[in-house]
Amino acid sequence: MDPKVITLTVNGRKHQVALPPNITLLRALREYLGYVDVKNGCEKGDCGACTVLLNGKAVNSCLVLAWQANNAEIITTSGLGSAENPHPIHRAFADEGAAQCGYCTPGMVISAKALLDENPHPTEAEIREAISGNLCRCTGYGQIVRAIQKAAEIINKEGDAS
Amino acid sequence: MLPEFDLVMPENLQQALENLGQRNPGVVPVAGGTNLTVDMRSRRHTPATLVNIEHIQELTGILQEDDRIEIGSCVTIAEILKSPIIAAVAPALIEAARGFANPLIRNRATIGGNLADASPAADTAPSLLVHNAQVELWSKKNRRILPLDEFFVGVRKTVLQPDEIIKSVHVPKTNRPSASSFYKLGLRKADAISVASVAVYLEKKNGACGQVRIAMGSVAPKPLRAYAAEELLTGKHLSLKLIEEAAKLAAEASSPISDIRGSAEYRRRMVFVLTRRLLTHLAEMMELKDW
Repeated sequence: MDPKVITLTVNGRKHQVALPPNITLLRALREYLGYVDVKNGCEKGDCGACTVLLNGKAVNSCLVLAWQANNAEIITTSGLGSAENPHPIHRAFADEGAAQCGYCTPGMVISAKALLDENPHPTEAEIREAISGNLCRCTGYGQIVRAIQKAAEIINKEGDAS
Repeated sequence: MLPEFDLVMPENLQQALENLGQRNPGVVPVAGGTNLTVDMRSRRHTPATLVNIEHIQELTGILQEDDRIEIGSCVTIAEILKSPIIAAVAPALIEAARGFANPLIRNRATIGGNLADASPAADTAPSLLVHNAQVELWSKKNRRILPLDEFFVGVRKTVLQPDEIIKSVHVPKTNRPSASSFYKLGLRKADAISVASVAVYLEKKNGACGQVRIAMGSVAPKPLRAYAAEELLTGKHLSLKLIEEAAKLAAEASSPISDIRGSAEYRRRMVFVLTRRLLTHLAEMMELKDW
C-alpha cells in the first residue's frame, strides 16, 4: 500500500515522514528518523526496550503502528535533559550503577519518567510495578529501583528539568 | 518486520463499519494492537486490511446509565484501573486490570480487544462473566446485544461476524448488597499469562447467600461459569463445608489442559483452591460467614 506522510513530534521536534502502513512506531523512530536511543529488543511487547512516551503515556513502540501515532507527541530517553545537563533520572541511573550493558536503560528511564510524572513519591513496590514491563538481564533490578528512588528525591528537591 | 497490509483510518464509527462490511473477509479492526501486532509479526494472523478504531469517539469512554455502565470497547485496561465508576460497580474487574500484563501493555490494550481475542486466559473475561456483562455488537446492517457467556465459542473463537465490532461492554448495576473479587494465578506477578483464574460475585439476601456467580479462566477452551457450584450456594448460609463443596463442583466443571504453565491436574486443583479462597474472602467481607 502507498506510503502516507505522517507528522510525529519527537522530543519537541516536528518531523514529517512518508511511511507505508506496516511500519511500527519503533521502526519509524529508529530507521526513518534516527532515534536509535529507542532499542529494538523482542519486537513483541515482552521486553520494554522500545518504551517511549506516547502523548505522555509509556508504551511499547513496537506494538504501535506508526500511522496510529500521527500527530502524536513522543518522548524518548534522549529527549530528557541533555549531555551537558542530564536529566535527574539519567544522573541517578549513572550514580547508582543502574546500567550495565545498557540495552534496557532507555526503556527503564522512560518507564521511570512516566511513573514520576504521575507519582512523585512512589514506594518501592510502586517502582517495581512501574518497571514490570521492562526486562533487565544484567544488573538485576536493585540498582534500578534505587536509581528511581534517588531520581525522585532529586526531582522533588530540584524539579524536573525536562 | 510486519507483513504488508492496507490500513484504513476511519474518522467515525460509521466509516469504520462501512469498511468492515465492504471488504471482508480479511478485514480486521485494530486498536491497541498488543495481540494483533504480535500475531501479524509471527504470521499467525495475516489480515489483508486493518481498520484503525482506536480514536473513534463512539468506542471510548465509560457511560453511566441508570441500570448499567457501558464501557466503550476501546477503553484501555489502564483507564479501567483508574475508573471510580467501574470500581463502584465491578470491583473484580479492577482486580483483573491490576494484574493485567504490565503498565506498558495496559496503556494500549483495550477491553474490546481482550474479549475479541478470546484467549481462554483473557484476564477481563471471568470478572465480566460474574457481573453478567453483555457485549453490544454493531455492524453496518445490524446491532445486537449478547450475554458475554454466549459470546465465547472456543479457543480464540467468538460469535463475532467479520463485519461486526464490539461497540461496548455493558455491566449491570445492582442495588442489592453485593461484592466481587478476582484472583489470577500466574507464574510471576507481572506479565504473566494466567495458569488459572477465578472470579466470584456474591449478593447478600436475608443474612444468607443470594445470587452468586463463579467464573473461571485458563481452565477450559473458553472462560466459563461454574453453574452447579453457583446453584449449590444460592440461598444458603455459607459454612466452610458448603464452600468447599462448591469449590469442588467448580473444579469439576473445568476441563483444563496441560501446557508449559501447569498440568491439567494442578489447574483443576487450583480452581478448587481459588474458588474456596474467594468465597471465603467474600463471605467474610459481606458478614455472611457461618463458621
